[in-house]
Amino acid sequence: MSLEVRNLTVNHGAITALSDISFTVPEGELVAIIGANGAGKSTLLRTLSGLKDASHGTATWKGHNLLSGKAETHVRQGVAHVSEGMSVIPELTVEENLDLGAIWRRNKSEAATTKAEVFDLFPRLQERINQSADTLSGGERQMLAIGRAMMSKPQLLLLDEPSLGLAPLLVKQIFDAISNISRQYGLSVVLVEQNAMGALKIASSGIVLNLGRVAMTGTSQELISDPAVQAAYLGY
Amino acid sequence: MFQFINTLLIGITSGAIYALMALAIVLVWRSTRVINFAQAGQALASTYFGYQALQYIDSFWIALIIAMAGGAILSALIEVIFMRILLKHTTSGAIAGVAPIIATLGLLEIIRTLVTLKWGGADVIVKAPLSNTGFSIGSNTLVFSPMKLAIIAVVTVLLLVFSVIFQKTSIGLSLRASAFSPELARLAGIRVDRIRTLGWAFSGATGAVAGLLLVTNGNGSLSPASLEFSLLLISGFIAAVIGGLESLLGSVVGGVALGIITAFVLMYISDSLFFIAPFVVLLLVLFIRPQGVLGKKGGRRA
Amino acid sequence: MHKLSNKARIAIFIVLGFVIFLISNRVDELRVYQGATVAVYVVGIASIILLTGYSGQVSLGQGALLGVGGYAAALARLHWGVSVPVSFAIAILAAAAAGALLGVAAARLSGPYLAGTTLALAVGLPSIANQFTFLGGEQGLFYDVGFPPASLGEDFTQYKWFFWIAALATLLAIFWLQNVMRSRYGRTWKAIRGSDIAAELAGINIARVKILAFTLSAGVAGLAGALLAMTIGTVSPSAFPLALSFSLLTGAVLSGVTTLGGVMIGAVTLVAIPEIVHSVVDRIGASEAVATNLPSLIVSALLIVTVIFVPNGPVEQMRTKSKKVKSL
Repeated sequence: MSLEVRNLTVNHGAITALSDISFTVPEGELVAIIGANGAGKSTLLRTLSGLKDASHGTATWKGHNLLSGKAETHVRQGVAHVSEGMSVIPELTVEENLDLGAIWRRNKSEAATTKAEVFDLFPRLQERINQSADTLSGGERQMLAIGRAMMSKPQLLLLDEPSLGLAPLLVKQIFDAISNISRQYGLSVVLVEQNAMGALKIASSGIVLNLGRVAMTGTSQELISDPAVQAAYLGY
Repeated sequence: MFQFINTLLIGITSGAIYALMALAIVLVWRSTRVINFAQAGQALASTYFGYQALQYIDSFWIALIIAMAGGAILSALIEVIFMRILLKHTTSGAIAGVAPIIATLGLLEIIRTLVTLKWGGADVIVKAPLSNTGFSIGSNTLVFSPMKLAIIAVVTVLLLVFSVIFQKTSIGLSLRASAFSPELARLAGIRVDRIRTLGWAFSGATGAVAGLLLVTNGNGSLSPASLEFSLLLISGFIAAVIGGLESLLGSVVGGVALGIITAFVLMYISDSLFFIAPFVVLLLVLFIRPQGVLGKKGGRRA
Repeated sequence: MHKLSNKARIAIFIVLGFVIFLISNRVDELRVYQGATVAVYVVGIASIILLTGYSGQVSLGQGALLGVGGYAAALARLHWGVSVPVSFAIAILAAAAAGALLGVAAARLSGPYLAGTTLALAVGLPSIANQFTFLGGEQGLFYDVGFPPASLGEDFTQYKWFFWIAALATLLAIFWLQNVMRSRYGRTWKAIRGSDIAAELAGINIARVKILAFTLSAGVAGLAGALLAMTIGTVSPSAFPLALSFSLLTGAVLSGVTTLGGVMIGAVTLVAIPEIVHSVVDRIGASEAVATNLPSLIVSALLIVTVIFVPNGPVEQMRTKSKKVKSL
């Protein structure tokens, strides 16, 4: 089961946000998508999770066409999207936010098991279980967002800039957590990041997006050692 | 002292009804970002459903449930048929902000006219299940009656039920999540459109209870041109604004506050200030604390 | 009317005046009376176009402002014996003052809050008259514009006199309104209608502009109220019910709320539909209940259809179409 994206084109009114994007995420692998602001990274995820319509192209996952149907059906196909910025509902408590992730699941006892696993992974969340989500710090919110995504027992995880706005120590924690989750549950992950180095370090392969097009692909090692990538995104 | 208690109880009773109407308005506002002025018409129509039911069966309480069901269905139908088209077409253009308001007013008039065509313009009587004669304490008779007590009881029970639904069930969580953050709710797999319709259905049922209780709180007479229903809409809106347009608790606080304030103004200042008093309260709230008693600051102007 | 010079417009209005004069001599009493009613609606609708169409503020309480004007005119004439034109002027000023107050409140509100507040006003204000005896209570007060001058001949009826006065007042009011809307103020209102924030950035004092719109709009509404008082001969709370506010709003939407050009459409429709319905109902012999209620149903349905599908009104719609054609 892999994610296959072919010739994906997405328009924002008259502007072309993504043009002819093609890539594959093999099963169980973590692919990083890096690029400058406005390169179309968020648009890509929003299109894959059904929040935005595509104009051309295909995106298939487990035989499902991700480009058709409403966003709310995607989670039932095992796709979980952690969107950038505000990905928790501040008016709800930590526990309610987590429960939200599993709300579509029939088997409530299995959901309870998953919740326990999330608390194992992020003990801080258990400490704050009944607090309202707007009292959490930035890092805790990110953990909560990822935790909520996991509550839906996804097989494909779409992460949009999870390290945004976090202090360096937390950034490492988040990336470690993502890497662990991905391996432990055998998830396929699409990780969109501005923090190119952090993302590439935990990824098996990467794609560089520039102005809505695929500028470069390769294994993460190849990209890390590439001088152009180093200059543009790795701060060398 | 006696008059004070009397007034207080009257205020709480009408306040309870306002609270229900406020809740109905808030439910729609939170889920759809629209003030549906047609709700007064919906409450009117639902009250007539109850009246019609009472022609066939003798139990007020069953008629109430029928009215609630009718109100819920009517409201859901309006959401699915009317609102979706309305919102699809009025998202841009010069009068985008104003268009939904005007359209719901048109719908209000249509409902009112249809009700008149079906049941006639003259007064009909809805027989209250309990007596509206005041309790006697010693040599004094309160205005407060068994019926009024029943009204407070019904409203309390209804609010408790809603409270449990919203806070403790999955449906409630879906409703709240969809209201706070429709996009995140979608990503969590919630069928946001269906949930919104459900929210409207709850709102319609609530409005039905408000309407039926309103009629039995008075002398039981009901007519389509009834000023009471215009007043119910306005009072419900004002109560919702006082409470902050946010929450169930806000609606209760707003409703009871408005009910008590109005009762005291009418009793101690003048009883023809019936229409002006709520208006003045509204202006005061909007000037002093526009986000309402329980609302949060910022972004509450539209 | 858009690009015409002032002289041309004055000429057109004078011609219009003549045409109306001629028509009024040929039609029967009922039509003349309806004509006066149309005039009232035209002025009332114009006041809403100014407020909602131009400055984007919604008021459900215009009927209450008409009431202020009507009562002011009646009181002035009753207690001070002023002439009719002066009573009109007083009506305008009184309503404008009320509008200014309302504007101060409204400047801080938007959307549903403004709508709800004005709705409360529409229900509440007329009932004040019930409170004070000098306002005539429920019966109301008389408003008598007097008989037509003898110089116009014996056949000149009271209703015709109403119509002439109303028509003249309406022509003057619309002409003046057009001037205002084409002026700097009109442009400013259009700016805030588009976007509060953009306008503020452009240096426009939003609050002051909104209050001005409310004041002028209320003044115009006050004139409509005085005209209404004239045609029915009295002012009372029941003359200015909530339904009046709704009708005016409906008329404005049907006319095309963003432009003055179509203001006749709404006014005529509001008066014509009950007429048409009555004659149709008579012909097919439906019940009285249907006859009374059908007009309201039709008008409301028209309102909804218009606001959803033709929100800028038929006139604006045609203008945009013709612009597109011209640019081909």
